[in-house]
Amino acid sequence: MKPPCYEYVAPDTLAGALRVRAECEDSVVLAGGQSLVPTLNFRLANPDTVIDLRRVAELATVDTRDGMIRVGAMTRQRTLERNEAAFARNPLIRETMEYIAHPVIRSRGTIGGSVAHADPASELPCLLVLLDGELTARSSRGERTIPAADFFEFVFTTALEPEELLVEVAFPVLEPGEGWAFREFARRHGDFAVAGAGATLLLDDAGRIARARLAACGVATTPVRLRAAEEALRGAEPGTEAFRAAGELARDAVTTVDDTAASADYRRHLLSGLVNDVLTRAAARARGPR
Amino acid sequence: MSTRQFGARVQRNEDARLITGRGRFVDDLPLDGVLHGAFARSAVARGRITHLDTTAARALPGVHRVYTHADLGELDVTMPLLIPHPCIGHPRTQYPLAHEDVYHVGQAIAFVVADDRYIAEDAARLIEIDYDILPVEVDPAKAALDGAPLVHEDVPNNIAAHLVQVSGDPDAAFAAADHVTRIQVRVDRSTAAPMECLSTAARWDAVSGELTVWDGTQAPIGLRGALSSLFDLDEDKVRVVAPDVGGGFGPKIVFPYSNEILVPFAAKDLRRPVKWVEDRSENFVHMTHERTQIHDIELAATSDGVVLGLRDTFLHDTGSFIPYGIAVAQVASTQIAGPYRIPAIHVTFDCVYTPTVPVTPYRGCGRPQANFAIERAMDQLAAELGIDRFEIRRRNFIAPDEFPYTRPDLVFADGLPVTLDSGRYDDALAALEKALDLDAIRAEQEQARAEGRLLGLGLSFYVEGTGLGPYEGAKIRLHPITGKAYVNTGLTAQGQGHETAWAQIVADQIGVRPEDVIVVEGDTGVFDWGVATFASRAAVVSGNAVHVAAVSARARIAQAAANMLEADPDDIELENGRAFVRGTSSRGVTLAEVATMSNPLRYAFNKAAQTATQFAPTARSTGKPLPDGERPGIEVSEYYSPPHATWAYGVHAALVEVDPVTCDIDVKRYVCVHDCGNMINPMIVEGQVAGGVAQGMGGAFYEKLEYDENGVLRNASFMDFLVPYATEVPHIEMIHMETPSPLNPLGIKGVGEAGTIPVGQVIASAVEDALSPLGAPPVRQVPLSPSAIHDLLREARVSA
Amino acid sequence: MNGNHGTDHLDAEPVDGDTRYGPDDRIAISLTVNGEKVEAAVSPRLLLSDFLRGDLGLTGTHVGCEHGVCGACTVHLDGMPARSCLTMAVQVDGMEVRTVEGLAEPDGTLHPVQRAFRECHGLQCGFCTPGFLMAVTHLVENEELAETDDGLRAQLAGNLCRCTGYMGIVAATRRAAAEIASKG
Ligand SMILES: Cc1cc2nc3c(=O)[nH]c(=O)nc-3n(C[C@H](O)[C@H](O)[C@H](O)COP(=O)(O)OP(=O)(O)OC[C@H]3O[C@@H](n4cnc5c(N)ncnc54)[C@H](O)[C@@H]3O)c2cc1C
Ligand code: FES
Ligand code: FES
Repeated sequence: MKPPCYEYVAPDTLAGALRVRAECEDSVVLAGGQSLVPTLNFRLANPDTVIDLRRVAELATVDTRDGMIRVGAMTRQRTLERNEAAFARNPLIRETMEYIAHPVIRSRGTIGGSVAHADPASELPCLLVLLDGELTARSSRGERTIPAADFFEFVFTTALEPEELLVEVAFPVLEPGEGWAFREFARRHGDFAVAGAGATLLLDDAGRIARARLAACGVATTPVRLRAAEEALRGAEPGTEAFRAAGELARDAVTTVDDTAASADYRRHLLSGLVNDVLTRAAARARGPR
Repeated sequence: MSTRQFGARVQRNEDARLITGRGRFVDDLPLDGVLHGAFARSAVARGRITHLDTTAARALPGVHRVYTHADLGELDVTMPLLIPHPCIGHPRTQYPLAHEDVYHVGQAIAFVVADDRYIAEDAARLIEIDYDILPVEVDPAKAALDGAPLVHEDVPNNIAAHLVQVSGDPDAAFAAADHVTRIQVRVDRSTAAPMECLSTAARWDAVSGELTVWDGTQAPIGLRGALSSLFDLDEDKVRVVAPDVGGGFGPKIVFPYSNEILVPFAAKDLRRPVKWVEDRSENFVHMTHERTQIHDIELAATSDGVVLGLRDTFLHDTGSFIPYGIAVAQVASTQIAGPYRIPAIHVTFDCVYTPTVPVTPYRGCGRPQANFAIERAMDQLAAELGIDRFEIRRRNFIAPDEFPYTRPDLVFADGLPVTLDSGRYDDALAALEKALDLDAIRAEQEQARAEGRLLGLGLSFYVEGTGLGPYEGAKIRLHPITGKAYVNTGLTAQGQGHETAWAQIVADQIGVRPEDVIVVEGDTGVFDWGVATFASRAAVVSGNAVHVAAVSARARIAQAAANMLEADPDDIELENGRAFVRGTSSRGVTLAEVATMSNPLRYAFNKAAQTATQFAPTARSTGKPLPDGERPGIEVSEYYSPPHATWAYGVHAALVEVDPVTCDIDVKRYVCVHDCGNMINPMIVEGQVAGGVAQGMGGAFYEKLEYDENGVLRNASFMDFLVPYATEVPHIEMIHMETPSPLNPLGIKGVGEAGTIPVGQVIASAVEDALSPLGAPPVRQVPLSPSAIHDLLREARVSA
Repeated sequence: MNGNHGTDHLDAEPVDGDTRYGPDDRIAISLTVNGEKVEAAVSPRLLLSDFLRGDLGLTGTHVGCEHGVCGACTVHLDGMPARSCLTMAVQVDGMEVRTVEGLAEPDGTLHPVQRAFRECHGLQCGFCTPGFLMAVTHLVENEELAETDDGLRAQLAGNLCRCTGYMGIVAATRRAAAEIASKG
């Protein structure tokens, strides 16, 4: 289990990194290495070139302005998790990130790496899909912003072009009074989720659900929004009945077939329970507008 | 008197190096100029190699050699069947490197030696291998059916071995029964997953013609025997050393593995030290597995729950080869009646070849399966007869005054009939009930059920035949300058703390501190009589050998000191590193002096030695310096051979809550009562039990190797094969009972495997109990999983 | 290992942002290991675990899985625990690395965590131990220990031990933390 041969470059600027990225046929990015290096050690990846971003300081930033928490791709997961300004604006980020692996992995792993890696069981991609986050990609030809809904295409596959780098990940802040919750189940502490679900809940003046957002990870080839359940919740009275019904509607989102971690049938059951649970907790945290 | 070390919580001698990063595992040895190996392995389960080309691999810079079977000469033979048995009708063992046929994914096909492991792996990937892929059947039940694809073309129905054992008169028992319970249960495949994978390094000394092999093995003496015969070298020219070994649990005793042949072979061939360290992905497809058995068990009972007879027919999956013989199946078959009197037993098994990694003993060795079968059946019987689960066990226990209790014609792994030597089963169960506070638990369960929570209690009573012979030995020598005692045995340790336990035994006899006893094991260059570390036998067999040797060393020291002090040997006491005449502790000599003086010298090569030279004032002036029949120095070797296995036992229980959403389990309490006879060091015993339970938890709920229908392992990584972290292992409440074994001087029974054996049943019966109010079907298979629990819950809903 | 191969690569240069290094090139790195300055030339694909073990002879750091699950290879990088099997040696250029060999005082006085592991029987075969010691040292020196057994076990998750069943490790962590706290 030793990495294969590759060419290595460690640019000191983003511009330099983009230049190499453009020049290489087959490059991968070494960010925190917490997913890439296992892949190399198993020799599941055999890239021509590894672009090490550790020296590109301009990508390790956290900026909370304009209703967005803008996180540079090379920001360590642990750094964002512990960022108080981000927590104040969107506490769901911390609650979700605590499910990612173990602190020792999060202190090396980056936000950009997790998102670009696009494991369908990953928490951050799910969170971005839930919150309608945005991803900024840059190449030597320019920059574009990709809505999270369009970014995750398949298992380990994103909308990034080979010559692009993911430079920034933007998490919208929560609305005042918006309730929130994330929960997942992994068989072993810190493992990738068998399934996970996140919810946000906005109530209207009458205490009914004005907007529910729901997303799941671990149940399909990408993180998924649970639109049918969201629809059903709009205008509903928050409570056991509605949440249970939403859970039932979520079952169909599961397209993952039986694997060694879980049967598809069980995953459906699990997801519906998790949805019920995150809605219940989000509702408890939601405050109607005064 | 100094305090007795036997039975004390002495801190471990081995820890000093292991906590400072100075452990010496095979991969840590600084071998000058060492080359690194890597294997090319079969990618298919059952296939015929049509094309094998190593050209590109050989051409890679940094590669020294690439070996295939054709390069092995005399070594290109099938590996030994280590434990032959007449019932093995079709023994098949593996070649070091595959010929045309491959039999499981991961089988070694070629071996690359290169400057470093990176290059060796590069080269292994450049080896071109094409196969004709043959059909496979990985489920042993289907593999044994007519028409199933054959692993070995000439082995009908894939049956490697078939054994029938009858003890008492089972037909009469079943005829006389009021009630018969029948169930089928299954335990799935698993792997020991020691934290250190396999590892071998070797050096050939062309000058002396000596081969030194460092190997992460549980059986250096056995490996030395195998290598010297395979390589056609004198035994004294082959030295096998097992340095620090990072966990064993059974599979590190299948010798020789391919690496144990190829590494020394390459070292000899290339005249350079060579090493190979298995990586984790190889470990899953190379190191042997265990566990898959399917039991059809029947109990014949009276209406008040007394079991008169037992029939068990089971299939044992032996993988693609059977290098270790029927050991796992045999142990399962002989422990099938557990702690119960059951006077009539009919047990039959078939060992079935499947195109998978070969199966050999892994901690528990068939006992977890047998325990699961008998204890599931006892629970079922209790349910059918409406008798409490604790009570039905009590009604069937062998009583303390019935020991020794023999099961005639049921032959254990040592070739002797099963004879349980001692036990207080009733007391153990009572101790468990007390610790659990059963009334409180039942109230808690009521309460939980009223709230719709799923809370269940499970229990399992196990017995374990431990301490198998044939024998072990020990050598003790006093160092003439330091007076420290050096102890050697033929065993190895993989974490069991021999360096401390043996030291305690010796310390008690010769009056030194345990830290002044230096134990060196696992080196055939130091001591090469004995067998190996397996089957919970080290403390029983080696421990007693060390004791016998220590008694003998004590006598030698007392005699020598008596001579020096002009006293009667019977009046000599040993304490604090000194020998003195009883009652006059000022009249004494140090053990160093005793050691020095008992070796008459001519040359004073150091200060201490002066005292033993011929003109020293203390020199013996008359008679032979070394009287007839005397040996120089204080050095003794003694051996211990047990009459037969000694039977440890215990009972575990767990209170488990099942989460209806996640279908996960939460072990709220785990209580373990066990009896391994006298404990040398309770701290070490607790560690063994706790580690065993953790491994048992893996086998109960987390760790299941899954082959797909093509014979490819689907979860060959630590990401997917779920070895528990601290979060998945419960805190264990432990209660020790000490019923001395009547069979050996120290009264010891083994404890190495105890923790693992009952856990599958404990969790299964707890989950079953938790789900029973919903009408869920019984649990018949481990490992359980959330998916499996979900299935049980769904069936409950359907039937409700 | 695939490291500096002795003197062959004394001419290796420190990493340059514009240079693309071939697989056989060696890159000069300079770091601190257990307080001592180390200069070395490493291949781009050399894992930190192999660099420490093979090139520096610091074999206390063990390798149990090489895919990030077992934690046996845990070292500290600039004071934070990290998997050395998931880190390339070139990545630690300029960093401070601490390994199990650097836990005890130079005079051999054991770190409280080392002592506690011995006293509480927190190890058997000792293979996982270096990784646990590094993880637990960080925990007791820098984090708040959970009060409940479950909470503490969650903090210890991320390191596998196959021998102990974790009982001794849990106890050792508490003991070491108590000792460190009592010293202030
Ligand atoms: C034991 C273990 C458990 C884990 N459990 C979880 C878990 O529960 N949930 C979870 O989400 N993750 C988990 N992870 C993965 C971890 O979160 C990784 O840190 C993360 O997935 C990748 O981040 P990284 O910075 O380490 O990226 P790297 O490993 O360096 O890179 C990952 C991939 O992303 C690409 N990439 C990285 N950065 C960029 C960029 N800026 N632009 C374009 N491409 C880029 C790389 O080319 C590579 O293909 C686990 C990892 C381990 C070892
Ligand atoms: S070896 Fe690094 S985590 Fe297992
Ligand atoms: S002590 Fe052996 S793996 Fe932990």
